[in-house]
Amino acid sequence: MHLPLAFNAELFIQLLVNGITLGSLYALIALGYSMVYGILKLLNFAHGDVYMIGAFTGYGVLTLLGGPLSPSIAIAPLIVLMFLAAMVAAGLLGVVIERFAYRPLRESPRIAPLISALGVSFFLQNSALLLFGAQFRSYDSFVLGSKNPEFFEPGPLTDALFVVKNVNVQLIQVIVLSTTVALMVALTALIAKTAIGKAMRATSYDREAAAMMGIDTDRVIATTFFIGSVLAGAAGVMFGLLFSQVFHFMGFLAGLKGFTAAVVGGIGSIPGAMLGGLLVGLAESMAGGYLGGRWSDLTVFGILILVLLVRPSGLLGTRAIHKV
Amino acid sequence: MTEQAFFELRDVSKSFGGLSVVDRLTLHVDEGEIVSLIGPNGAGKTTVFNLVTGIYRPASGEIRFRGRNVAGLPPHKITQLGIARTFQTLRLFLNMSVKENVMAAAYGHTRSTMVEAVFRLPRARREEREIAELAEEKLAFFGPRLAGYRHDQQAYNLSYANRRRLEIARAMATNPSLLLLDEPAAGMNPAETHELTELIGRLRTDGGYTVLVIEHDMHVVEGISDRVIALDHGVKIAEGSFDEVATDDRVVEAYLGRQGPG
Repeated sequence: MHLPLAFNAELFIQLLVNGITLGSLYALIALGYSMVYGILKLLNFAHGDVYMIGAFTGYGVLTLLGGPLSPSIAIAPLIVLMFLAAMVAAGLLGVVIERFAYRPLRESPRIAPLISALGVSFFLQNSALLLFGAQFRSYDSFVLGSKNPEFFEPGPLTDALFVVKNVNVQLIQVIVLSTTVALMVALTALIAKTAIGKAMRATSYDREAAAMMGIDTDRVIATTFFIGSVLAGAAGVMFGLLFSQVFHFMGFLAGLKGFTAAVVGGIGSIPGAMLGGLLVGLAESMAGGYLGGRWSDLTVFGILILVLLVRPSGLLGTRAIHKV
Repeated sequence: MTEQAFFELRDVSKSFGGLSVVDRLTLHVDEGEIVSLIGPNGAGKTTVFNLVTGIYRPASGEIRFRGRNVAGLPPHKITQLGIARTFQTLRLFLNMSVKENVMAAAYGHTRSTMVEAVFRLPRARREEREIAELAEEKLAFFGPRLAGYRHDQQAYNLSYANRRRLEIARAMATNPSLLLLDEPAAGMNPAETHELTELIGRLRTDGGYTVLVIEHDMHVVEGISDRVIALDHGVKIAEGSFDEVATDDRVVEAYLGRQGPG
């Protein structure tokens, strides 16, 4: 362990920037866990693998359009396309998973869909292994859009967008953060303001009563899976752009951390998932920066245990209001 | 009874684990009627509502609504066809505001997709406006009780009587023609009960609803009913005007027990 002797503001701010970026990603994954748990009381352990499929879809679009070294279209529309394709593919995958792996078990004891979720997780991981092989695929976002990729001249995504003192902020970090904020604002508005949002809240509170008020709860549940998976798909592309490496097992750890974020924030709570994601991202970044990389996962899961001991309902979770 | 009754149960039976709860029950409600379903606790009244609304599927028999057998349809389909209910135990969405509770019940009539809602496309925005207006209209039915600032109050802040009113407003928002009210006067004080009796009358005259109500308060039953049906152990034991049913020997026996010899 190498503790810095004096407080270094630049290091701290750099870790803060990195932590917030990483936290956005975890928050997006956590939202899917939390929404599904809120409506079905189901821990969808296949969620991390939906995120992985999102990352591979983004990679597929990138490859189809010429690859990172020689993309056939401009970089801005390329990234937009990667996000859109990954979000739609992940969203549809989520709906299919719900339809075939969870809906038939809706009335079974809660352990049955949980085991089904683990099965889907293995299925997706091994399908990706079969389809794409075991090697790491790279988004090569370092050189994406670069004028001289063969000389490893950094492209616009990872080149320092602005440097204040020694704090380095990359374009990709700004893209990740602003996309996340936009998605969260849209999600919050959807749930608070729209008719489908009200149907989702009603269904999560009392599914049977909601059905008797004319709400097609199957459709509402499918919509919830779609939205949660869309967010995971976006997170997958963000991961690829931030860290380049995409592989079939990437959903496992990311899924665990997204789940941790959801539980820390209070599973079932939308603002809780956002806060939890941010905290997990910051903890990972700070622990990595101050204590060394091998401490980061330990810190994240240590926080999970601490929160579960002190406040089992999570930071923003409320115990259910009991019916009269 | 005509071939095309507005709403009828034909020989409907339901049992749970060998215990017969509803046994070859036949009853009908004509359009515009207010019919009360009475009977001691455990007579199977709420089970009848659960059968009609699709929570349970009858073991045998038909539930016909406007000429269509609705037995076995999923609950939301039955509601969309025009049968809505309230709950004896109150099942409001306590995580939502008063107005949102009513709006959620109008969701079944919206057509716009999630994508339209996300991008605030014209149809989604129009439907939002429509269900908000519908909710306000249904809440206005209850006069000052659920008016003004109450719209944005969380449902869990409401008094017991207001929760019962909100349940009725929420059922009305599904655009039903038949309203099933499960003990709407339970837990209300005499003044509130009196108000409710008038309200149920207005549901027919002003709202145009046909009403089937389960009620224990005999003042309410007497005040509202065109016809009373008494159940005991899932079997219809009497049917007729309030006075006929209230004085029927079998009904008195079901409620009070048989008088011993001598």
